[in-house]
Amino acid sequence: MTQEPLLLVENLRKYFPVGQSLGDLLLRRPPGLIKAVDDVSFTLLHGEILAIVGESGCGKTTIARTLIGLEEETGGKILFNGRQIGARERRLQAGLVPLESGAIGTREQQSLPRLSFKQFRQQAQMIFQDPYESLNPRATIFEIVAEPLVVHGLARGRAEKIQRVRNALEDAGLRPAEEYFLRYPHELSGGQRQRVVIAGAMVLEPKLLIADEPVSMLDVSIRAEILNLLHDLRNKRGVSIVFITHDLGTVAYFADRLAVMYLGRIVEIGRTAEVLKNPQHPYTRALLSVVPVPNPRLRRERVILQGEAPNPIHLPTGCRFHPRCPLAMDACRMTDPAYVQLSATHSTACLRVESTAL
Amino acid sequence: MAEMPLLQVRHLTTEFLLPGKGAARALEDVSFDVYPGQTIGLVGESGCGKTTVLMSILRLLPTQAQISGRVLFRGLDLLALSERQMREYRWKEIAIVFQGAMNALNPVMSVGEQICEAITLHGLMPRREAEARTGELLELVGIPKERGVQYPFQYSGGMRQRAMIAMALACSPCILFADEPTTALDVMVQAQILELLGNIQRKMGLAIVLVTHDLGVVAEMCDMVVVMYGGKVAEYGPVDRIFNNPQHPYTQKLLEAFPDLAQPVASLASIPGAPPRLSELPPGCRFAPRCHVCLPQCASEAPPLLEIAPGHFSACHLCKS
Amino acid sequence: MRESWLLFWRNLREFWRVFRHNRMGMIGAFLLLSAVLIALFAPFLSPYEPSLVIRDATGRGLTFAPPAVHGPLGTDDAGRDVWTQLVYGARISLLVGLLAGFIAMFIGSLLGILAGYFGGWIDTLIMRVTDVLLVIPDLPLMLVLVATLRQMELKISPLVVLILVIGLLYWTSTARLVRSQVLSIKERQFVARARAIGAGHFHIIRRHILPQLMPLIVANTVLILSTAILIESGLSFLGLGDPTQPSWGTMLNFAFDRNAISNGAWWFYLPPGLAIVWVSLGCVLLGNVLEEMLNPRLTAHHLEGDVRVRPLEGEGAYG
Repeated sequence: MTQEPLLLVENLRKYFPVGQSLGDLLLRRPPGLIKAVDDVSFTLLHGEILAIVGESGCGKTTIARTLIGLEEETGGKILFNGRQIGARERRLQAGLVPLESGAIGTREQQSLPRLSFKQFRQQAQMIFQDPYESLNPRATIFEIVAEPLVVHGLARGRAEKIQRVRNALEDAGLRPAEEYFLRYPHELSGGQRQRVVIAGAMVLEPKLLIADEPVSMLDVSIRAEILNLLHDLRNKRGVSIVFITHDLGTVAYFADRLAVMYLGRIVEIGRTAEVLKNPQHPYTRALLSVVPVPNPRLRRERVILQGEAPNPIHLPTGCRFHPRCPLAMDACRMTDPAYVQLSATHSTACLRVESTAL
Repeated sequence: MAEMPLLQVRHLTTEFLLPGKGAARALEDVSFDVYPGQTIGLVGESGCGKTTVLMSILRLLPTQAQISGRVLFRGLDLLALSERQMREYRWKEIAIVFQGAMNALNPVMSVGEQICEAITLHGLMPRREAEARTGELLELVGIPKERGVQYPFQYSGGMRQRAMIAMALACSPCILFADEPTTALDVMVQAQILELLGNIQRKMGLAIVLVTHDLGVVAEMCDMVVVMYGGKVAEYGPVDRIFNNPQHPYTQKLLEAFPDLAQPVASLASIPGAPPRLSELPPGCRFAPRCHVCLPQCASEAPPLLEIAPGHFSACHLCKS
Repeated sequence: MRESWLLFWRNLREFWRVFRHNRMGMIGAFLLLSAVLIALFAPFLSPYEPSLVIRDATGRGLTFAPPAVHGPLGTDDAGRDVWTQLVYGARISLLVGLLAGFIAMFIGSLLGILAGYFGGWIDTLIMRVTDVLLVIPDLPLMLVLVATLRQMELKISPLVVLILVIGLLYWTSTARLVRSQVLSIKERQFVARARAIGAGHFHIIRRHILPQLMPLIVANTVLILSTAILIESGLSFLGLGDPTQPSWGTMLNFAFDRNAISNGAWWFYLPPGLAIVWVSLGCVLLGNVLEEMLNPRLTAHHLEGDVRVRPLEGEGAYG
């Protein structure tokens, strides 16, 4: 663990303002805030796969979009290879005005070596959920895969461009690559399209891939191919992957580490095997107990939580899980639990765990 | 199994006539039985025809669809009925929760009103009784009666799905078709809905036909399983045999491709290629182009569905009865 | 760039394959194309000059001669050949329509894209200007503008004035249409993907927004063309055309002024009227069909699914 992490995220926050009505404006009520991501910290080592798991609305996709720069963080620190990503360029690129401009670029952070946003963009790429939507329907596969090269002005000459596109497509398992150059996305199957997306992400040979539910739209028989391809790219290229998903079953064999999110906060994080075999947070336990298992002989005790996750505008006081928690105590209503280190790699935020650990 | 099946589907074949392009065979020779109080799962990948089976049984397909075979409901062939007679069976005997139905609620009408309207439109009972029944139905699916006056946007996804189930149960049908009832929902809400379906089934003695692509859901919910591929039945049998002793190569691979949280393996299997399109089906066994144990005759000769053990059927040249 | 030509031809052939079987579209294309051909080959279609006065054996001007007496369509009040005026008039009508239509389309698309893509105050500004233009009745406004510009005695041809006035006032509906389309396109995932790659605004608009808009723009151009021709006819009929270069509208204006109707000279006013109907009908038919065909979502049949590449050996190599 002495190795320097590729990505260091500290106290990342992303709040979205809620649309104000005219009445709110007249009464000078402050705008409401959706705390989509609230104080999230984690690291990602070189060549590591970190899965971020949670139900819809827990903020996992917002983390992905913030990491890649499609959203600007409200606060917190993102270090890539130990370097701060240039915030000013980032703001310009995203075309957004920051919510709390003061929170970004404190003096201490500015003293860190900087990486221009453009440079960062070359080293971090995103894979989107829907392979039917994330490819421009009027562009050819060649144009799509070559686009990052064009945008970053990286390919010198036509021959090099063709060579790099060919390599990327073949690495993504689309062989012979030339057969695909002049095709349009609608001529390909879902699995092939997702391979094109991956080829487009890998053509710049990035160090970081952020995959937002890359297989949830695909058929079961195709999913494994895509996941195996991503595994392969990690093993051969050493690319690190942040894997956003709601499917714990997939995570079990795909990810090295696992972070479970609930309402904008990581409630438990650790090596995948640790978390799956020895879940400590009551939410993780409940979540694991309800994942359907393809074995009719296995009848498990299921912890079905009632209701659904509350609206992130009105967060519960104390531990945000307490209203649904089967183990909630009085203290949970008051105290927002701090992280408890269970092992060198495994930690969780729960007062119950704290009390047993002490 | 001594009981009479409620619904016997025999050699159900559905073709869509495409203008100027001939016919696309969406279903071919689909047969299975539904027993009272049982849950039968129809599993398969997208485009394998699982939804078409439900629609063909209920005869809810557009007019260019041609349905043949027999669908015996308590011994009566539904396909032979007139459209008006069929209406007596739809919803009253066989109800359906459509895929994505929870997004089909009218946004400007309260949920209770919509359920009530569905009951009165069918002329089942007077308005006042229908209102009382609406309350009962909402309670049955775990929604407090008082929330009936609320509008769909005030409901969460899970609650809308519950409301749709309540609507389907309005006439106390004996069979419920559920088309991907939990697909767009989170695992926790999915568990809630599946638990609800199980409870209702026990309470009402309902038979459920569950269409899904999630093998985990099938393992937890179903008694019998129909595995479909390219519009045909690949394998059909009791859930325990299908999961623990699968005979069809497609079922085997599908199970290996499905992640099991209880016993994680080093890597998942995958099936090369993509499911066939209905307008371009391979001539022999439909799975042959993707099959890992394909025989020479598979490319030309479609294997028949054979009973390889009591109640366990498989359509593969490698399986012997 | 041989591939892009190849692709272009492939797409064009594909388009023609479907278009051929569309009766409405073929009729529209025929109507429009025939008018264009007539305009292009006007000198070959008539032995006269449009301003030439036809004289009888005695040397007197042959006025209000019915088709039975002279040529296919008779003569007008001054003894000029109506058929000749009609085919030469096609040039003026189509030219004004095309140029004005293109100007309107260009401005409308540009402003629509800017408003939809950037949003914020740019959007507000553009849309408010659009609203103002939309609520002012166009015909009176154009009348006033054309008349005022004429008064100023600028050294520009009255036709150019017409083209500019129509083009500069008729972009509002296009701008609204394009804007709403851009609003939905920019939320699509492939635009997010382009942004994630690091693409700038210009790149995203050119490579991702514009190609999705092209079908709409092409179809709308054809539709706007018919509006422009109608407006031009209207203005010319009211006497704001160029009398030295008569369009169909100008012909109607002459016919009306010289009492063609009370003289029963139907051959004077019917042909230009029908010609206007001919062209605008062609535009509307073609425009609607193009809109329908070029929108991929309106054509796909759910059972046909996607056209898929045959399975390749490379598939499953990672299995």
